[in-house]
Amino acid sequence: MRDWPLWEVFVRSRRGLSHVHVGSLHAPDAEMALRNARDLYTRRQEGVSLWVVPAAEIVASSPDEADAFFDPAADKIYRHPTFYDVPEGVEHL
Amino acid sequence: MVGVYGNDFTAPDETAPRPATGDEPETFRALLEGEGRVEPRDDLPDAYRRTLVRQIAQHAHSEIIGMQPEGNWISRAPSLRRKAILMAKVQDEAGHGLYLYAAAETLGVDRADLLDQLHSGRQKYSSIFNYPTLTWADVGAIGWLVDGAAIVNQVPLCRCSYGPYARAMIRVCKEESFHQRQGFEILHTLSHGTPAQKAMAQDAVDRYWWPSLMMFGPPDDDSPNSAQSMAWGIKRFSNDDLRQRFVDMTVPQAEALGLTLPDPEIRWNDERGHYDFGEVDFTELFEVIKGNGPCNAERMAHRVRAHEDGAWVREAANAYADKQAARAGADVA
Ligand SMILES: [Fe+2]
Ligand SMILES: [Fe+2]
Repeated sequence: MRDWPLWEVFVRSRRGLSHVHVGSLHAPDAEMALRNARDLYTRRQEGVSLWVVPAAEIVASSPDEADAFFDPAADKIYRHPTFYDVPEGVEHL
Repeated sequence: MVGVYGNDFTAPDETAPRPATGDEPETFRALLEGEGRVEPRDDLPDAYRRTLVRQIAQHAHSEIIGMQPEGNWISRAPSLRRKAILMAKVQDEAGHGLYLYAAAETLGVDRADLLDQLHSGRQKYSSIFNYPTLTWADVGAIGWLVDGAAIVNQVPLCRCSYGPYARAMIRVCKEESFHQRQGFEILHTLSHGTPAQKAMAQDAVDRYWWPSLMMFGPPDDDSPNSAQSMAWGIKRFSNDDLRQRFVDMTVPQAEALGLTLPDPEIRWNDERGHYDFGEVDFTELFEVIKGNGPCNAERMAHRVRAHEDGAWVREAANAYADKQAARAGADVA
């Protein structure tokens, strides 16, 4: 018999916070995925909102290329405020 | 082979996959040495992957088979309160199984295959669930002792080197403490009830004490895979250390319950700073692992029947999903 597809589950724990990945589950369709996610990941009121995303639809960066991929940001320390010298006595900057 | 609630050990005549340590990718070594976490798409040595699949799968199987001994008492719980609590606990165990199957799947296996391997006996589950639940007090003893031992085994796994397993264990551990407390409460109520109730509680503890100690696996000198699991950051403490930790936690709790543990050798050892306890009879454990426990056949038969009885539900859900998708497709066109 055909297996149910895999869904990744994201939970917003409270209003004002973003959805965070909590795990995955199998379900035949989106509606069942949501219901299963409720039963599996929010049995103790862990969330006020749920996203389910077909796992096959997620595009991910590759760990092998992580160095090359994220390197361009490494030498741009001037993007951080601590890079700059602020003269003594200057406030609110 | 049996992965006991996050422990991994074999019966003496069975073999675990032997790792070839020489050919580990450098990136993997570097991650472990930095106490870093390994994630699914990293370059993993084959033996590490196989060990984890086996341990996580057997852990998952233990969670879902573990629903049976307690599920047996849901319809006969002594009050509505106890019934609601027991249902919630058994439902949690189903959830633990699902978290763990999902973690195993990140290693490239299918849940359906793992279930097949459980049903055909190629993968095992914790031997503790091959003991029967004869009385209501057994539900208390399971919560207190079996979930208690599981917690001791599982807490260190929250720091396991494999990210998805560690994250699943964090969720599991958060849910376990209620399991242990409700069991303790059942026994406390019984042991402060009528003499017959107290005797029932004592009998349950007498039967579950030694099997609970066996949950930690064979003694360290007899546990050939432990060293490799430790080197890989899957296991953090030896079987004997965890067993000792469990005994140290449990002895004072038994006193609070007013029940005795069925081991005349238990006594505080000032020098060691631990409780001494008697020797565990591991021949019994290995017999149960081999399939000769009191309930092995019954647990498997029930599991397979439940799976087969559910086939039409899975098929119907697929048919419904197909129909909805076809309709949505027609609407777009
Ligand atoms: Fe559990
Ligand atoms: Fe539990």
